Amino acid sequence: MSRDLRNPLARARGLGSAKEGVSHWLVQRVTGLALVFLTVWFVVTTLGLMHSDYASARETLGKPWNAVLLVALLITTFRHAVLGLQVVIEDYVHTRWLEVASLVIIKFIAVLAMLAGVLAVLRVALGS
Amino acid sequence: MAQTGRPLSPHLQVYKWQVQMVTSILHRATGIVLAVGSLLLVWGLAAVASGPDAFATFKGYAGSTIGTIVLIGWTLAFFYHLANGIRHLAQDTGAGYSIPAFVRNSWLSIVVSIVLTVVVWAYVLAGGHA
Repeated sequence: MSRDLRNPLARARGLGSAKEGVSHWLVQRVTGLALVFLTVWFVVTTLGLMHSDYASARETLGKPWNAVLLVALLITTFRHAVLGLQVVIEDYVHTRWLEVASLVIIKFIAVLAMLAGVLAVLRVALGS
Repeated sequence: MAQTGRPLSPHLQVYKWQVQMVTSILHRATGIVLAVGSLLLVWGLAAVASGPDAFATFKGYAGSTIGTIVLIGWTLAFFYHLANGIRHLAQDTGAGYSIPAFVRNSWLSIVVSIVLTVVVWAYVLAGGHA
């Protein structure tokens, strides 16, 4: 007789009590790994631009490679940030309606900021 | 706090401080700082897209005394979260899973982040001539 009290389907799905399996944990780590490379690239690039005037800084940021990496940086950063803030809110905000409201608000802000950042990069890259 | 009458587990103040607690707390705190800082990154990018005047305004704020203090704090938070994040990724593979190793590499995260912050800002304040 099996000692596992879960039914076989639940066990096969592997979603657990959180109903989403380990996706939160995994995405947090994969985005974190991506950010190791993206953020170091960004810091080095920014330091390199320190003495550029506006026109040449804009030209550098608008180069296809840099624009692609910037968009990747923005999307990954805000995804990673929401996952991290979500855990902090779930841990420390104990009033249910405040918790849910905070979770929704950080998602709204993160998506808007991410879209605004991506639009800015596209404007620079496509020259409008 | 929770509105239940349940007993609470012992909280921070009853524990002896250890470096592993500090690195864990700092990882969260710097994560929050960096999340807010990302909004400033978007501001900077939007300023570049908007034109020379908007960018000059942004640069004015960034180069002011308060702006510089914020940027130095941001750099420290970034390098700490980076170093400690790499430490966590390594630990997730099962590497260095013992208390002496935790103490050693916790200090490593702290020292590395301070050193990298000093190096970057020495470079910036020296005018970018290494």
